[in-house]
Amino acid sequence: MKDFTYAAPTTTDEAAAALAASGARALAGGTDLIVQMREGRRAVGHVVDLKRVPELTAIAVAADGSLRFGAAASVAALAAHATVAAKFPAMIEAGRMIGSWQIQSRASLGGNICNASPSADAVPALMALGATAELTGKGGRRSLALDALILGPGKTALVPGEILAAIRVPAPDARSAAKYVRFTPRREMDIAVVGAGAWLRLAEDGSVAEARIALAAVGPTPLRATAAEKRLMGEKPTAALLAEAGRLAAADARPISDTRGSADYRRALVKVLAARALAGCCAQLGQRIEVP
Amino acid sequence: MKTVIACTVNGDAHEVLADSRDTLLELLRDRLGLTGTKEGCSNGNCGACTVLVDGEPVNACIVLAAEIGDAEVVTVEGIAPGGKLHPVQQALVEHGGTQCGFCTPGIVVAAKALLDRVARPSAQEIRHALAGNLCRCTGYDKIVEAVAAASLAPRS
Repeated sequence: MKDFTYAAPTTTDEAAAALAASGARALAGGTDLIVQMREGRRAVGHVVDLKRVPELTAIAVAADGSLRFGAAASVAALAAHATVAAKFPAMIEAGRMIGSWQIQSRASLGGNICNASPSADAVPALMALGATAELTGKGGRRSLALDALILGPGKTALVPGEILAAIRVPAPDARSAAKYVRFTPRREMDIAVVGAGAWLRLAEDGSVAEARIALAAVGPTPLRATAAEKRLMGEKPTAALLAEAGRLAAADARPISDTRGSADYRRALVKVLAARALAGCCAQLGQRIEVP
Repeated sequence: MKTVIACTVNGDAHEVLADSRDTLLELLRDRLGLTGTKEGCSNGNCGACTVLVDGEPVNACIVLAAEIGDAEVVTVEGIAPGGKLHPVQQALVEHGGTQCGFCTPGIVVAAKALLDRVARPSAQEIRHALAGNLCRCTGYDKIVEAVAAASLAPRS
């Protein structure tokens, strides 16, 4: 590893200021960063450890039921938070798919976002849940939707001296549910060939009032399947509707062929996985729908 | 950059001169002489270097020594104080749950972490907990049987 300096600030402002230096990089769990530095894939002269900043590891569910957690909070810490685990199960399930237990003890969802891998498991789940990123820097605080923050593989909209401080997730509703599913050859310790996150909110009459579908590993960034989302609006979920949403999501996908799967195979997977994620939401809302 | 690292490993406080680039694994093996923890892949995949940091299993090869601060680190040496085997170790011996033995320290640490949380894990829970510990001899069945047997052993 190339030599670097290490700093562990204790406030968010100090951390952001330290990240203004050229060659500075934020360290949360390190499960991506340290490997990238070791393998010479990322040149870092100054490592800024975020884990000593209380705000950046804090986890809080507000009185209105919404969640705000520090970008450096580990998957293990989120999963161990009883309210978070009970109210945001899709996010925790997605986090629990990242690497092994050892990885989840360290890895943060903020890091999963900022590493900006197209196959990041937590990102589609968070996008489906309507999460927003809270950034802080010299210019103050700003909020961005995750799809505006992630620009391409390894690239984010963060500017030097700016830090992803927290992630906000809206409160769940009695008629809303989320689900993330993925396909991997091995159940654990693998990278998604395709991942699909879905979130539905039903109106009183059981029709879809709001829908979000986010896909992993079928584009340079995690993608929203907007045509599929539109098709669901105002309709009552049925096997035929979910199958059609799956077909539209496959058309929304922009996959490439690589070592994990061909573009055609990925589109076929999106069709199945998007419908399954939606069926997973419906099941939580008391409606069993059989999909292939 | 040289840096002084203060840490607590297996209950003993240490203050060592290290390099800011040192991983926790290098600190343990090269600076403290605790060579029970093994280096396998060096990129967080194989779990041979599993140690506990504040009770959570981590891959020591991708944690910086500088990050440890006042956390409590437990290595395989700390799991068998005075040479008395932990029930997981005893069961691995009795069930032949070791082949070449290289992955064993990491498996002992991860399995102990599991049994600290789940008194009677199912075979599925054991396999899930140990998914990050690769055994290239591929002797997983005996390892899983050993951890299940250890969960039934009386614990002091």
